[in-house]
Amino acid sequence: MSKIMVNDKAISVPGETLAVGMDVLPGIGTYREGEKIVANRLGLAMIDGRTIKLIPLSGRYSPKTGDTIICKVIDVGFNGWRLDTNSAYSAMLSMKDATSDFIARGANLTQYYDLGDYIVCKIVNVTSQKLIDVTMKGPGLRKLKGGRIIEVDPNKVPRIIGKQGSMVVMIKDASKCNIVVGQNGLIWIDGEPINELLAIQTIRKIEKESHTSGLTDKIKEYLEKNGKKN
Amino acid sequence: MTYKQRIDGRSFDETRPIEAEVGVIKRADGSAMFKIGNTWAYAAVYGPRNLHPKFLQDPRKGILRCNYNMMPFSSSGERVRPGGSRRSKEISLVTEKALLPVLNLEEYPNSVVDVFIELPQTEAGSRCAGICAASMALADAGLEMKDLVCAVSVGKVADKLLVDLDYSEESYADGHVADIPIAMMPGSGKITLLQMDGEVKKEELMKLLEMGKKVLIDIYEIQKKALKEKYHEIEA
Repeated sequence: MSKIMVNDKAISVPGETLAVGMDVLPGIGTYREGEKIVANRLGLAMIDGRTIKLIPLSGRYSPKTGDTIICKVIDVGFNGWRLDTNSAYSAMLSMKDATSDFIARGANLTQYYDLGDYIVCKIVNVTSQKLIDVTMKGPGLRKLKGGRIIEVDPNKVPRIIGKQGSMVVMIKDASKCNIVVGQNGLIWIDGEPINELLAIQTIRKIEKESHTSGLTDKIKEYLEKNGKKN
Repeated sequence: MTYKQRIDGRSFDETRPIEAEVGVIKRADGSAMFKIGNTWAYAAVYGPRNLHPKFLQDPRKGILRCNYNMMPFSSSGERVRPGGSRRSKEISLVTEKALLPVLNLEEYPNSVVDVFIELPQTEAGSRCAGICAASMALADAGLEMKDLVCAVSVGKVADKLLVDLDYSEESYADGHVADIPIAMMPGSGKITLLQMDGEVKKEELMKLLEMGKKVLIDIYEIQKKALKEKYHEIEA
């Protein structure tokens, strides 16, 4: 008979025994040690039927295939661009994935993306050695002109986006700003300076209160109260 | 002369008062503070991040880099000369070796996790305080780790066996002193650091290890509590 030792949504620290018994299964962020299931990192324990998994609460962004991220161009080469992904690894954007235009051999690639430019791109592949390939082909993938970039905790990005993007749409409407949220924790905001400020303050508030329930209503109220001043 | 009572009135198996807090350095990826008596340690973790110079990179796993530093006016004696010394280099190395067994760095090839341990004031037991702080900071940084690491010093002063020596005991002049810092993974009870300054008999060492383990479990509870405290409102 197996026994689960933690409550659902309990904070677990590395090395903490989450359950004992062979009919409970270890999920992401946990490992089995004999009969026991032990936490492999700091996180929120989620009990899902017979499996226990840990949701990370902290840590840097780790690149995943399919993520849409905001990157900075850090180098321009012969056949592509090297991008800073706000993680331990840089990404490669090849010429072929960047544009469907014809680029003559030996052309100056900086006319497309120059050093220091920010771009929205999508990860197509991550290898075991964490080499990252990104593409610019897809809806909404583009170079970001103007605006400003802010950095948030990548673990809180899902709350900032909200269910089906509900939260970010709400901020966009209230602040009249263009907003792009990258899953690597970089957010691009473009609008009137005062509106940008409102958007940033709102995002910081979400970041701070990301764990509370009924956050959407709270933020709605906040935006209504603070948005009218402008 | 025998050592009848500890100078600060503690019992022989009692540590100095301990205080721990997580998330003390906002700009770091993970951070923690660990105070044991008058020895204070702050640890900040940065990474996994890009590793340079490139020849240090390991394509099989990420590497851990620890840096132990006593601040200039941290000790009770003369000013500590800033910068690295032979001693700080050794302690950085043993800290690294004490922490590595719990970390799974295979997820982060070619990268580095930097741990900076700063000690604003010390009164013996600084490498143990540093290891305790560093292990909490690593957990706070969201790294994959099997377990926490907790550390304490045990030893012998004159003919008495005791835990967590302070400076007056470490420098006790009227008798023999042995100082043994130990670090342990509390889950499995395995030891990751064991050093000895001085001499003890084998039986005494075994007894000291038992005493140490008992105290380390208490320290583990304190570390655990501190980690949970930082995130407790998420739970509620």
